[in-house]
Amino acid sequence: MMQALHDVLAPFGPQAAHVRELWLLTLAVCTVVFAAVLAALLLALLRAPRANAQSSPDLSALMRPEPGKRRSVIAAVAASTLLLLALIAASIFTDRALARLSTEGALRLDVTAHQWWWEVRYVEPNVADSFVTANEIHVPTGRPVIVTLKADDVIHSFWLPSLAGKKDLLPGRTATMHFRADRDGIYRGQCAEFCGSQHALMAFFVVADPPERYAAWAAAQRRTASEPTSEQPVRGREIFMRSSCAMCHAIDGTAAQAVRGPNLTHVASRGTLAAGALPNTPEDLKRWIADPQQTKPGTYMPATKLAPEEMDALVGYLQTLR
Amino acid sequence: MQNAHAMNPPGDAPASRLKDGPGPGSREAAALDATWSDPPGLLGWLAAVNHKSIARRFIATTFFFFLAGGLLALVMRLQLARPGSKLVGPDLYNQLFTMHGSTMMFLFAVPVMQAVAVYLVPLMLGTRSIAFPRLNAFAYWIFLFGGVMLYVVFVLGAGPDVGWFSYVPLAGPDYSPGKRADFWAQMITFTELSALLEAIVVITTVFKLRAPGMTLNRIPLFVWAMLVTAFMVLFAMPSVMLASTMLIMDRLVGSHFFNPAEGGDVVLWQHLFWFFGHPEVYLIFLPGLGFLSAIIPTFARRPIFGYTAMVLSLIATAFLAFGLWVHHMFAVNLPELGKSFFTAASMLIAIPSAVQIFCWLATLWSGKLDFKTPLLFVLGFFFILVLGGMTGIMLASVPLDLQVHDSYFVVAHLHYVLIGGAVFPLFGAFYYWYPKITGRLMSERLGRWNFWLFFTGFNVAFFPMHLLGLKGMPRRVYTYQAGLGWDTMNMVATIGALTIAAAVLLFIVNAVRSLRHGAPAGANPWGAGTLEWATESPPPPCNFHAIPVVHGREPLWEPPRTEADGARPAFTHVGGLAADTRELLATTVLDARPDLRVNFPDPTIWPFVSAVAVTALFIGSIFTPWAVVWGSIPIAIALTAWFWPQRAETSVHLSLERKPWQ
Amino acid sequence: MMATAGSALRIAALALFAALALCACEREMRRFQTPPDNRSSPRPETPRTSTLQPAETRDDPVRMPAGNGEGYEGNAYNVAQGKRLYRWYNCGGCHAQGGGGMGPALMDDQWRYGSEPAQIFSTIMQGRPNGMPSFGGHLSEDQVWQLTAYVRSMSGQLRKDVAPGRADSLQANEPEAARDREPARPGAK
Repeated sequence: MMQALHDVLAPFGPQAAHVRELWLLTLAVCTVVFAAVLAALLLALLRAPRANAQSSPDLSALMRPEPGKRRSVIAAVAASTLLLLALIAASIFTDRALARLSTEGALRLDVTAHQWWWEVRYVEPNVADSFVTANEIHVPTGRPVIVTLKADDVIHSFWLPSLAGKKDLLPGRTATMHFRADRDGIYRGQCAEFCGSQHALMAFFVVADPPERYAAWAAAQRRTASEPTSEQPVRGREIFMRSSCAMCHAIDGTAAQAVRGPNLTHVASRGTLAAGALPNTPEDLKRWIADPQQTKPGTYMPATKLAPEEMDALVGYLQTLR
Repeated sequence: MQNAHAMNPPGDAPASRLKDGPGPGSREAAALDATWSDPPGLLGWLAAVNHKSIARRFIATTFFFFLAGGLLALVMRLQLARPGSKLVGPDLYNQLFTMHGSTMMFLFAVPVMQAVAVYLVPLMLGTRSIAFPRLNAFAYWIFLFGGVMLYVVFVLGAGPDVGWFSYVPLAGPDYSPGKRADFWAQMITFTELSALLEAIVVITTVFKLRAPGMTLNRIPLFVWAMLVTAFMVLFAMPSVMLASTMLIMDRLVGSHFFNPAEGGDVVLWQHLFWFFGHPEVYLIFLPGLGFLSAIIPTFARRPIFGYTAMVLSLIATAFLAFGLWVHHMFAVNLPELGKSFFTAASMLIAIPSAVQIFCWLATLWSGKLDFKTPLLFVLGFFFILVLGGMTGIMLASVPLDLQVHDSYFVVAHLHYVLIGGAVFPLFGAFYYWYPKITGRLMSERLGRWNFWLFFTGFNVAFFPMHLLGLKGMPRRVYTYQAGLGWDTMNMVATIGALTIAAAVLLFIVNAVRSLRHGAPAGANPWGAGTLEWATESPPPPCNFHAIPVVHGREPLWEPPRTEADGARPAFTHVGGLAADTRELLATTVLDARPDLRVNFPDPTIWPFVSAVAVTALFIGSIFTPWAVVWGSIPIAIALTAWFWPQRAETSVHLSLERKPWQ
Repeated sequence: MMATAGSALRIAALALFAALALCACEREMRRFQTPPDNRSSPRPETPRTSTLQPAETRDDPVRMPAGNGEGYEGNAYNVAQGKRLYRWYNCGGCHAQGGGGMGPALMDDQWRYGSEPAQIFSTIMQGRPNGMPSFGGHLSEDQVWQLTAYVRSMSGQLRKDVAPGRADSLQANEPEAARDREPARPGAK
């Protein structure tokens, strides 16, 4: 499985870093207030004399006002109000800082959420340079990214703890979010809005690479699928086209052009399968194809029953799609 | 009793009626008790309208739902104890968390508060009945049938599985096949109907049935809290009933309220739901504050500090609670400026809560403390609720919320607020009023064990969830993979959940054991100051053999001045209400001056029958719209029978009206 | 006498509850498991009647259906899956939302190739002349049964508490659950 970062308190980009600063401020204020209230309670408990049910109640409070206590309560309420106003201000300033992320020269992505995977379309000014992948987003470090978020079926939420917050993907609406990764690494994200049976296994990864490495990756992604050369992958491709695989998946450059499942043109270049549910190894791929319900109960991927040598051929072919 | 008088020809009442006033043991007292008792036998049980019988059933029912919801949570925690666990699959898990949330919110937290109010409010106000006693019974039956329906379908494998919030389109016709979401939506109709009726009952009781002298500024704070809660129910519940009805129509008759392709909107659901959903939190929390305001003065042996500020805080909370629903929707792409407004509103609602907390602290500070179990639960409230309030402030901020929204951080927060703000006070309230209801005290020793186990278990279970959320664990996941750094804390949380289960078990043992073996309580075991402690424990069917006259905020602590004080002796009680029929004194809204003598209806089976008929319509409508047409016929029959004037009853009422001096 | 009446009542109540339970269970069950492999069971085969196929064509014969789609038509989840597959595999391209277009209507009472589940199953698997592609081998049998159940719901052949409600899309006609049952008639207009 891919080792990836997903910690709100360990940010690797400016957006998550702003939020962390606000978090630390809020935590500090809240801790002080919490401690003060508990200290007051503890002091009250320690200093107040003990009594029992027969002790006569002290009714003096009904006769005359208690100015000392009134002053203390008013002071405490005033202090709380000031602190709250300060936190509101801090929150609004952070909001502005988040909105100010420069989007000059930004990379543009369309992310469409499906039950239960992520479709990622890289939108380039030159249409021919656009390409589609799934569940794994590569971005160059230091360059802002604008993500347009859409949903295909139900509501999902795109959450990337180490780089940015989250945003819902709603059917019938689009939303955008911006982030930037300042250090290279693999960052894990996950759907945060309950979206049905497999909400739990709907992860994605953002791989931040230095710009050169990203450019090489993008160039590779733009190419159509490589032609298989040896006999086994050729047979595997035939099985792919003639079975249920081609009903849902696309492999650019072949007859398979369906858009219901993830685009598999470069499936072998990805780190995981099934939205992070399995590592991308030949054995796991076989397990996944033969019985997806075992890994993700409720998934819409149907089981494909093949003889062992057919399965070897199919997986052999998919392994060539780098 | 009733029948004896029905023998008299109309208008020819007996020369002199039995009047209330004399204390226990007298002929008049016996007559009063007989008048206000529920009829015997199974039919009598179904016909009961006495507010204490209905409230006892109501409390027991909600407590059973609490246990059921808790067991569901326990199964979820066992599933999540380890990564990749196969104890339950996604289908069952989704039903479990939906049932847990729906049970705790709709079948426990709101109704249990109303149930306690139905028991206590008339006693605290010094009257003999809740207003609209038959409506009150009807509300209970409707609630019971709705809750039972939900559990029956769950057991049959059709439990709702789209969350207690049922977001469309996941809960809509296209993505939730079958009838699961329909049962959920119809359960909302049942429970919210019940809640609305109870709100009307409570509001009317508080406004019109207070003991003479109990002016608005002498109403016990718990009653204030319930009054404010009832008004919130009136404004919040229609929103969710509307939403759930729209959902059912989308699902059953093909309307397009939530279908973006036909001009509907999926966010509309969220607005309607949270316009109810956020006030919901406060209408669970305010009664908890009311419990505290009842318990703290008793065990601090002094009246509450800052009564007026407390009342105004309750009202301010209620108003503000309707202005911050959008903080549940910060991740939806709504206008940013609007979100800042909701940030401010969400943070500022902390101020009225702070006012109350500081007033309680001031009360404890200057009191003499009687350290009994109810007070322990109050102290638990301070720790847990204040911590939950702090995380609430974090969630109110848009940038922070966008990180922790829909993560385990929110799960931690909401349990800190709801268990700290409502369940701990509620347990305190159980220990506090148990002797009033049963006549026996609960064991203090078990009570302390119960508290410490609950308090420890709670923090062990829920504190790690804050950290899990910050480490990226989303909510509502049936499983998670190993190696994400969530394993240990999930295991710890499960151990905490088991500890909570042990604590609740201990509570049950204590409650059941004390029923027989508890020390007899007497009328006022805690030396408290409010009116419910003036009568015997358990209270007689008529609550008070003579209606008390109130001279202060803590009537039992402030006896009327006597001639020795140099003041004119004041009335302690009013008498003269008929003892042989359900006659009550209504008072004015502001000053509680005696206003009217009103006649209350006798027990009748028809509220029960009406509830059965309504249930048939509600459940039938899940399967065919025609159920609304045909189902309304038995309802019309039952309601007609319910409201049909009884000749015997009317004659008694008429004779009282014509010759009130008799 | 009273005892017998009482016990009869009890038995009736039990039977009612059991019927309720069975209904609910069958309608609501979601079996998240791969159906058992039935390749080994010997079943008669039949040639395809259409060469139209998605992606690459195959000319192996298709196997006749086992049974008549038991377990699919009473299950709301399976019917909903069929509705999803109907959209996914672009059945609407020819049949529209059931009203027909290039292909015949599916929501009326006319059935050229039979209205029985097994007949519809064969139609999808084998294909039919003049345009209906053959999906044998391209779809799992499980999916074909789901599609079959959904196709039958379009003309009101299923129980109303199982048939789907409206879709989250532009909708030209009544939800399947609100349609009256069309008596099946063979042949075309």
